[in-house]
Amino acid sequence: MNDILLEVKNLHASVEGKEILKGINLTVRPGEVHAIMGPNGSGKSTLSEVLAGNPAFTVTEGSVDFHGKQLLELSPEDRSHEGLFLSFQYPVEIPGVSMVNFMRAAINAKRKYLCEEPLSATEFLKLMRQKRAIVELDNKLASRSVNEGFSGGEKKRNEIFQMAVLEPVLSILDETDSGLDIDALRIVAGGVNKLKTERNATIVITHYQRLLDYIRPDFVHVLYKGRIVRTGGPELALELEERGYDWIKEEVDAQ
Amino acid sequence: MDSLSQYLELYRLNREALDAHSAAPLNALRPAAFEALAGVRLPERGDEGYERTSVQDMFAADYGVNINRVNIPADVAASFKCDVPNLSTLLGVVVNDAFHPLRQLDERLPQGVTFKSLRQAAVDNPELVSAHYGSLAPLTDPAVALNTLLAQDGVFIHVERGVKLDRPLQLVNIFSAPTSLLAPRRVLVVLEDGASAQLLVCDHTQDNSTQYLASEVVEVSLGRDASLDYNHIEESSPLTTRHSQLYVAQNAGSRLSAGSITLTCGSTRNNFSIDLHGEHAECTLSGMVIASGSQHADNNVVLRHLAPRCHSNQLFKYVLDGEATGAFGGRILVTPGAQYTDAYQTNRNLLASTSARMHTKPQLEIYNDDVKCSHGATTGQLDAEALFYMRTRGIPEAEARNMLMQAFMADVIDNVGMESLRDRLRHLVEKRFNGTGALCGDCAASCREHVEK
Repeated sequence: MNDILLEVKNLHASVEGKEILKGINLTVRPGEVHAIMGPNGSGKSTLSEVLAGNPAFTVTEGSVDFHGKQLLELSPEDRSHEGLFLSFQYPVEIPGVSMVNFMRAAINAKRKYLCEEPLSATEFLKLMRQKRAIVELDNKLASRSVNEGFSGGEKKRNEIFQMAVLEPVLSILDETDSGLDIDALRIVAGGVNKLKTERNATIVITHYQRLLDYIRPDFVHVLYKGRIVRTGGPELALELEERGYDWIKEEVDAQ
Repeated sequence: MDSLSQYLELYRLNREALDAHSAAPLNALRPAAFEALAGVRLPERGDEGYERTSVQDMFAADYGVNINRVNIPADVAASFKCDVPNLSTLLGVVVNDAFHPLRQLDERLPQGVTFKSLRQAAVDNPELVSAHYGSLAPLTDPAVALNTLLAQDGVFIHVERGVKLDRPLQLVNIFSAPTSLLAPRRVLVVLEDGASAQLLVCDHTQDNSTQYLASEVVEVSLGRDASLDYNHIEESSPLTTRHSQLYVAQNAGSRLSAGSITLTCGSTRNNFSIDLHGEHAECTLSGMVIASGSQHADNNVVLRHLAPRCHSNQLFKYVLDGEATGAFGGRILVTPGAQYTDAYQTNRNLLASTSARMHTKPQLEIYNDDVKCSHGATTGQLDAEALFYMRTRGIPEAEARNMLMQAFMADVIDNVGMESLRDRLRHLVEKRFNGTGALCGDCAASCREHVEK
């Protein structure tokens, strides 16, 4: 089908010989917001890392179709160029690499992939200015090393800023709410909502329902022991908030 | 066979010629050097302080020595690629071991500054040269003795009391000869009390298919409150061997900031022997090695705190790729008299391939209670998490690796005392990692100008 953006079929993945994902199936269409919830250690972050192409994980079975491309065959950089974006739960500090050089390298690599000329210095600075405004990111951070010395909130805002610059068709937000106070959460969620269109889609990975008050999901999936064990609408998240995960664990473990 | 004997034989057969083409202060030390070499050998791999480098092997090849001072025409202009833009320097060139005075250099030197051929200085001012030649480098070191035995020329830099040079001196060492050659160079740097100078030394090899060996002994004497920035950049060739020994004596209140940058080399050993003789002397050493292929680079520091209230800081960083090998030895000695010493040493290394090797040996010897000292050494690989993070943003792996390796060197460059050189170094390091050749290439224009005039 043409209007499927991402189709994950029977995805199995392991790290250091230990199987974490045990047959994930997931279909995402343009315009949709999917929330993936689940208790700690259920494989939520592994799913996002595997989709982004982290070489630390080994895919042992299954396939991922990303708007007609076999995602698992692409390098992490080409997945990015094809429009996949992962907002990290723990954005990495890179001492000595300035935000400016980092973003310029990222933008121009994508433009090269698309056979476009590199951005001029003026165009680049203008773009940075525009995108920074979306998440109210301080201009001062631009002259610093990537994420170095950023507060928790600044790091997450920086992730959404990068997302705004790269304009992905599929964004995976891994625990973007963790470590955020309520104001930062509002700014980050506001940024995500501003970037939402009918043509792109978002997967929100979260432990708590809190973020979903700001980013409204169309579907909520519960991940447990490496499988999606339940799928519902937004009401499922509310039920989980109220009842916790134990009832689902018990149901699944009883099977 | 011991690689030393060929040079002893050479000396025996050419004693007169060696003396005839040099000057009295240099000739005066030759017999003592010859005696010192009787029954000794050059350090071998595995000797203490030479765990990864054999000086024997460095000197083993059948090198020629240009005893009769045959003028080897070097296309000097073509090799002049190391000038630093935005850095107007007073430029001198050493082809192999012979100083070539550029015509306008003498006129441009400020009052109180000498920058000339060592041999010429020894003729012009024998007392001054005799007073310093061999005063710091001991003949008990076989490599120093060998250099003293064969050295006929080199460079003499003298800054008179209180004279502060506002422009950097630049020395370009160029190897150029039709056959494999050993160049025994000798450099004397004397800053009298209160004098200050900046010196930039660049090593180049003109012909990448010929084997060269540089045997270099540098003696630096800093008077009270004298200040010297001394930066060395090596961009030679895989067939070039460099054996360099730097001896520094610092008097009270003097300041030395020394940078050693190895961008391209064959096999290199740099010794730094620094004595802080007077109170409040300050010494900063910054070392950078970028090695790939089968290059080998070994830096060895012996820093002695001999007086109270001195400060020393060492930062050495290596990025080794391919089959490259690196070594670092750093010994800080704090003597009983050196109270209130501050001495720090850091060595960090990045192995960019699985076959690169690093050997590091930090040492701290303290015979005193009232000191602040630290040393640390780490060897690791590129940060896999940072690499993945960059790749998820679309930055190709090779480019991401280069950016991380450049970032790794950022603090060493920040440590370099000459600001205009820092910018240039960033550019050179970027080019080196991008594999677009380590030669300075596009900056040739400004120095060509110097020559053609």
